[in-house]
Amino acid sequence: MQVNNKIVIRFFGMLIEKTGCENLEFPFVDTTAVLMKNLIQQFPELEKMKFAISINCKINTENQFLKPGDEIALLPPFSGG
Amino acid sequence: MKLPCCLPFRVVKKMNRFEKQILLEGFGITAQEKLLHAGVLVVGAGGLGCPVLQYLAAAGVGTLGIADGDTVMISNLNRQVLFGENDVDKNKAATAALQLTGQYRNMHVDVFPEWLNNQNIIPLIEKYDLIIDCTDNFAARYLINDACMLMKKPWIFGAIYRNEGQVALFNPQDDNSVCYRDLNPELPETDTIPDCNQSGVLGVLPGIIGTMMAAEAIKWITGYGQTLQGKILLFNLLNYRWFNAEILPVPGSKKNIPRNRKELLTRDYAVSCSPVPHFSWKEALKRVENNPEKNLFVDVRNADENSLPDNFTCLQIPLPELKSRSSELAHADHLFLFCRSGIRSLEAAKILKKIYPTKNICNIEGGVLHAEAPFNRYYHESQA
Repeated sequence: MQVNNKIVIRFFGMLIEKTGCENLEFPFVDTTAVLMKNLIQQFPELEKMKFAISINCKINTENQFLKPGDEIALLPPFSGG
Repeated sequence: MKLPCCLPFRVVKKMNRFEKQILLEGFGITAQEKLLHAGVLVVGAGGLGCPVLQYLAAAGVGTLGIADGDTVMISNLNRQVLFGENDVDKNKAATAALQLTGQYRNMHVDVFPEWLNNQNIIPLIEKYDLIIDCTDNFAARYLINDACMLMKKPWIFGAIYRNEGQVALFNPQDDNSVCYRDLNPELPETDTIPDCNQSGVLGVLPGIIGTMMAAEAIKWITGYGQTLQGKILLFNLLNYRWFNAEILPVPGSKKNIPRNRKELLTRDYAVSCSPVPHFSWKEALKRVENNPEKNLFVDVRNADENSLPDNFTCLQIPLPELKSRSSELAHADHLFLFCRSGIRSLEAAKILKKIYPTKNICNIEGGVLHAEAPFNRYYHESQA
């Protein structure tokens, strides 16, 4: 996957249904806050959803700086058992 | 069988049910004895609980507690493999215990045929070394998280959604530990994430996720291998996508955990999960009896679920038909919705609130399975 000046986003659970994809290359932005704002513009349904944000396999809910090639995973809670 | 030279033959022979795992380098008799002396509470004997219980019993865990207030439904049988067609309508905890003790002698099983709540959870988890959350709703999950944090009990979390599953292990005995609230700080509203009854599931998915939860339990008890402590693992059955990530502490995430037992007793987790008002059967019955013209019970279960007694008056509108048949409710002021356990009726309440924003629309806690439901045999016995 070409990652230059891109961020790779991985969706899980209901987010796959809301976005229609599991993986997405997204233009680079420098913080998770801006990334979320841009993602919500493209997929408005994400605004109502709760999910944890993982940056390169570390889950951190605070706004974080990003670098090109970072892998962002959006992990919604699952309920079934 | 070729024996490892470090083990006396008499020991291996005596424990031959477990000889294949004792043979593993780094496991041995020591790990087996740790399993034998361990007490594990499994909350929920459903899709996840069945494989967890089967593998922990098979592995030789000495004491298993099984907590579940639910009864077996025919639609459970594609994934809840401890049960058969003859078990329909029987309590899951008691039926699972009977199956396991029939399979293995010399293991101790405690049965709690009840739903876990903020009143009974502390005395229950106190007795065990490890708690395994196999529930299917957020109210129970946050309750288990908070009670385990308070009591410093390690617990294993697992959950599924359609074709995906999650597993994690939280250990509050470690001062720097994270908890479920570091992953999801706020309780999601109950109906925003569908459960298996609503979204469907292939039986093998909870089988895989439950087996991984059992593996985590065995590893945590014995110290064999590495656990998922502080991490979450995700698995997709359809394409075998695996993903795991470290959970970092979120500042302030633990502020919503009750500070002591007394605070836990006053916290209503079911209500925290839902903006829809909850009513008990007792309160709802009183209101409907006072004004049956304007106050109405609505059963949103499917037509093929158990029928109600003739002397109980309610309108039956299955959830999928609710929007198209909502005009049938126009005359009522106060609607008391119920289903089997209170999950579908919560969704129904939200749908109706959009159609009738000025009506009082309530969800009856626990649905027809609740001990206080007027057609529940436990209720009648207690009234007699």
